[in-house]
Amino acid sequence: MAEQPAPDTTPSSTPTPTNDDSGSTNTAEYWQANIRILMILLAIWFTVSFGFGILLADVLNRIRIPGSGFKLGFWFAQQGSIYTFVVLIFVYVVLMNRLDRRYGVQED
Amino acid sequence: MDVQAWTFIIVGLTFALYIGIALWARAGSTKEFYVAGGGVPPLANGMATGADWMSAASFLGMAGAISFLGYGGSVYLMGWTGGYVLLALLLAPYLRKFGKFTVPDFVGDRYYSNIARLVAVICAVFVSFTYVAGQMRGVGVVFSRFLEVDVTYGVLIGMGLVFFYAVLGGMKGITYTQVAQYCVLIFAFMVPAFFLSIMLTNNPIPQIGFGGDLAGDIGNRIAAGESISLLDKLDGLNEELGFTAYTQGTKSMIDIFCITAALMVGTAGLPHVIIRFYTVPKVRDARISAGWALLFIAILYTTAPAVGAFGRVNLLDAVTDAWYSAESAEVAGIEEPKVIPEWFKTWERSGLLAWVDKNGDGRIQYLGQDGAKVDPFAGRPDFTRDENGDILRGAHGEALLSNTLNENDNELFVDQDIMVLANPEIAQLPNWVIGLVAAGGLAAALSTAAGLLLVVSTAISHDLLKKMVAPNITDKQELLAARIAAAVAVCGAGYLGINPPDYVAATVAFAFGLAASSFFPAIILGIFVKRANREGVILGMISGITFTAAYIIYFKFLGGSSDNWFLGISPEGIGTVGMAINFFVAFFVSYITKPPPKDVQDLVESIRLPKGAGEAHEIEA
Repeated sequence: MAEQPAPDTTPSSTPTPTNDDSGSTNTAEYWQANIRILMILLAIWFTVSFGFGILLADVLNRIRIPGSGFKLGFWFAQQGSIYTFVVLIFVYVVLMNRLDRRYGVQED
Repeated sequence: MDVQAWTFIIVGLTFALYIGIALWARAGSTKEFYVAGGGVPPLANGMATGADWMSAASFLGMAGAISFLGYGGSVYLMGWTGGYVLLALLLAPYLRKFGKFTVPDFVGDRYYSNIARLVAVICAVFVSFTYVAGQMRGVGVVFSRFLEVDVTYGVLIGMGLVFFYAVLGGMKGITYTQVAQYCVLIFAFMVPAFFLSIMLTNNPIPQIGFGGDLAGDIGNRIAAGESISLLDKLDGLNEELGFTAYTQGTKSMIDIFCITAALMVGTAGLPHVIIRFYTVPKVRDARISAGWALLFIAILYTTAPAVGAFGRVNLLDAVTDAWYSAESAEVAGIEEPKVIPEWFKTWERSGLLAWVDKNGDGRIQYLGQDGAKVDPFAGRPDFTRDENGDILRGAHGEALLSNTLNENDNELFVDQDIMVLANPEIAQLPNWVIGLVAAGGLAAALSTAAGLLLVVSTAISHDLLKKMVAPNITDKQELLAARIAAAVAVCGAGYLGINPPDYVAATVAFAFGLAASSFFPAIILGIFVKRANREGVILGMISGITFTAAYIIYFKFLGGSSDNWFLGISPEGIGTVGMAINFFVAFFVSYITKPPPKDVQDLVESIRLPKGAGEAHEIEA
């Protein structure tokens, strides 16, 4: 690997191995876990927007959000999907930061 | 104080603020000029990204567009926010780890080819330029409407300001001015929205009032004693007047699907958005700053549909069968007639509203046809004037028009921008709020223009000059080239703003379609498919762009009829198909040609791991 010379600055609290010899299997596992997180979050992303907001909008429009004038499909298309998107990114940040630490690939 | 005085004061103060920030944040090196030294805190980067992203169209046009499209307007809401999820999950962290300056940098290095780099440069410049012309025009329009300055001078003032902080400060100056601009624009958008929400639904939070019952000063009048939700009332009014129900819209499902997808993917592929994630110190910061960016954007994007619905219900209630003048109603012997509100005449003067009394009854009929809106006459209002230049008045005092009438019963022309511009007056807010809306519109247009101009200048000085033409120039020379390129780009954008080509509106479809069908697949494959190689991606990009461009040109400019749309997909949505073609070609060709060389495969390995982003970012002296 090219970016070697910098002294390994990972401090005390990381129990997982970070040396480069076991790196390749570790790296592959890290990448797998990363892809799994992506798939789950993107499935939710697709469901709330394309699913609830578009494909199923007509069906969901028969349901109303209790106590409001919102038809459910319409609400997902103009409000709900956007709220979900924001939450998704912050969930991603938390999951990935945790994953980085577990595999010892975080930046500091 | 009157509206003009307030507008001058507020716009003047915000401009002084931007200039102050620009002086404080001058760029000293190419790294500062291109990526603000890579040291922008994530929260600030989120705000700057928000301002960068939300253009004059988001601020002035979107709520109005939704107001006319109803459910169909959801394509913009989901499309322009959902793209950030793709950006945060699939692009931002990896591009930050890659750690160069531009999108063509990534494409060129990852696909070890200057042809790929050149294709990317051309796309980046084209996409950014189409976009920036609209922004400069937006600046001119805001000036002319609020300050009664000629559009040309408005554009020149805007150019001067952008020139100052983009040329001096580069990305560093732009970023910190954008933070200020975000604050101005969001405040300016939210204040009238709060008051409108209170007046229509008695709930100060627009996102909740949107789903509430009609109540409050205006709401009670519209409900006329009935207890009904705002959206139900709106559906009913729309249908009564010959439009489809507000919560239904007029577009087909496949078209809505494709437009949303093209806008999402296009958003994630727009170079001026992507470049923002190179400016933060770490991979972790790139992830979280995408979150902040979307949060800041979502504040406006969840308010806009509420504003659109408020504006629509208020407009329909105010104008339907209203008398243009109280005197005419009196002559006709009507007691307590419904007369148009005062703001109607204000906006008639600026040509955003116009009425032709087709049936001669002195009352306004605003009607749809077959569920869709129809124009009462051809083109924008062209008022008839006498030799002194004064507008001639009709039987009821309305401004007369010289346009050719269309054959339908609709008598009212409404420019969609009015929904945001007229809000403060509709809600009877004090004059300073109107000044604030003007400052907000300018902030939105200027911040986006600056971000785009930086992409153009970077593409020329860095990608073209440094990487392809003259690799031996020093950092100082490159910085000078970047400044000159920015200066030339500002002038070019200004020229297009003053002399807008007819096709400006249509080019938005172009920008997103091209970004979706070129950059997005190239970058995604570059990160996630190690096997993707030079041959595959170049052919993929070329076939994606060619298909998308040909489709848009045929249906937008060469008069292709919508009956012949491929699967009923409009040119706005065709980028989705272009993207699919790009992916398919790139995959197929990559697997039948040689895999990429070892060092490129190592590069892919390294961008997948956050560790070591700091080192990757150092620039060679």
